Amino acid sequence: MPDIAVPQFLIEFKDAFYLNFIKDNRWKYLVDGLSVTLRITFFAVLIGIVLGFLVAIIRATHDKVGRTTPLIKGTLSVLNFVCNVYLTVIRGTPVVVQLLIIYFVIFGSVRIDKIIVAILAFGINSGAYVAEIVRGGIMSIDQGQFEAGRSLGFNYGQTMWFIIIPQTLKNVLPALGNEFIVLLKETSVAGYIALADLTKGGDIIRSQTFSAYMPLIAVALIYLVMVIALSRLQKLLERRMRSRDK
Amino acid sequence: MTNNPYMKPFNPETDPLISVRDLQKNFKDLHALKGVDLDIYQGDVIFVVGPSGSGKSTFLRCLNCLEEADGGEIFFEGVNITNRNVDINRHRQKMGMVFQQFNLFPHMTVMKNLTQAPIILQHKSKEEAEAEAIKLLERVGLADRADAYPNQLSGGQKQRIAIVRALCMKPDVMLFDEPTSALDPEMVGEVLEVMRDLAKQKMTMVVVTHEMAFAREVASKVVFMAEGKILEVAPPDVFFNNPRTDRLKSFLEKVL
Ligand SMILES: Nc1ncnc2c1ncn2[C@@H]1O[C@H](COP(=O)(O)OP(=O)(O)OP(=O)(O)O)[C@@H](O)[C@H]1O
Ligand SMILES: [Mg+2]
Repeated sequence: MPDIAVPQFLIEFKDAFYLNFIKDNRWKYLVDGLSVTLRITFFAVLIGIVLGFLVAIIRATHDKVGRTTPLIKGTLSVLNFVCNVYLTVIRGTPVVVQLLIIYFVIFGSVRIDKIIVAILAFGINSGAYVAEIVRGGIMSIDQGQFEAGRSLGFNYGQTMWFIIIPQTLKNVLPALGNEFIVLLKETSVAGYIALADLTKGGDIIRSQTFSAYMPLIAVALIYLVMVIALSRLQKLLERRMRSRDK
Repeated sequence: MTNNPYMKPFNPETDPLISVRDLQKNFKDLHALKGVDLDIYQGDVIFVVGPSGSGKSTFLRCLNCLEEADGGEIFFEGVNITNRNVDINRHRQKMGMVFQQFNLFPHMTVMKNLTQAPIILQHKSKEEAEAEAIKLLERVGLADRADAYPNQLSGGQKQRIAIVRALCMKPDVMLFDEPTSALDPEMVGEVLEVMRDLAKQKMTMVVVTHEMAFAREVASKVVFMAEGKILEVAPPDVFFNNPRTDRLKSFLEKVL
């Protein structure tokens, strides 16, 4: 169609698109990378939630505990100390450094799937932030709720499970949602241990085609879409939880 | 069982349901309870009055160990519940408590507020627990609010629900800490009505309150606390008409 004047920039765009994504099936770097990113994020979130709630409950219990035996009190003090060390170290060092240490130092002499290393590193990292969010949530519940539960005869654990945690969950949902959005983006440093995640995938294309903007903008757009989708989901959840209580 | 050091024989006909001996409580260097002794028998309706900060709430909260006593003993149905080896959760099931701020569970419907504890702790079926809850709701005139959430209720309704929540556990004694103090004046009556009804049905009650007229009307005994001690215990007519101590005289002059 030589008659129709196709603007020059469109032709360039088409060529660049072909070169970066179609030729040699380069789009696969992005799709495979996305799958790695999603897997790391998903399982790291799970670890983060479990670890975060565990640490938060230990710390809140340590602060709250009343009538108990010296043995339990002593155990709690030790656990609380361990939790504090964990929180200080994890929140006091960059996640990339933690990732590198876990890969090269802790698992240095062990053959292990790099994805598992990344899941552990990001999960352990996220757990520290979740813990502080959840602890704040537990502490913000009126003490009267706790007393009402105990006065009915619920033990400490039952009071936590049936009364405190459900209310905490609702309060911390927005902050937790943000934490997981941050986590999704933070996994982009997984390339440091040579994991081909989404970011690394784009970077591989760049190194093959010597054109930077197309693969990198594509990577950025994919992150953006995921973050926007997650934010929407979070809002939806929040609204549903709120309407259920009103 | 009676050979346990924290048990003693208990006959509900003759022994006090709750027996408090030399109860002490400190908050850091504040001596909030300085040796409180009191016997509460089945069917007693004990009103505790006294100036602000005299330790009334602390005393009441010690009775179900929400505050841990620093000295002395509390025997409930023959068991020294201040002993750490006692499973306090089991005994708390038999002591209903009503708070000034209601403390209903905001994330549960009224029905769930009422049935959660009986279902979990007394292993009742959902149907059984709900049937009992409905009966009690009818007694306080709130059967139609079973599906409401607490924030859809007025203060008076919340407090009546809170009373029912405690009653659903079939307690042997009910503890009230200023149950009407957080209410708008026009809602006080409906809550007092429920309490009056309970007293008539011979529920054992310990009530901390500033409602002197109500104390005079329903109390079997009125207790005067000041500065962490019980200064006077008497039936209401004696208590209000012939106070023995100057401390109570001047207190009554102020509040009546
Ligand atoms: N958790 C606590 N920590 C520190 N001090 C406390 C605590 N609870 C009560 N106190 C103090 O103990 C004393 C007795 O308090 P308590 O609440 O039992 O008084 P009260 O007779 O119920 O007063 P009010 O009529 O104002 O409710 C007060 O001086 C109070 O400040
Ligand atoms: Mg008080």
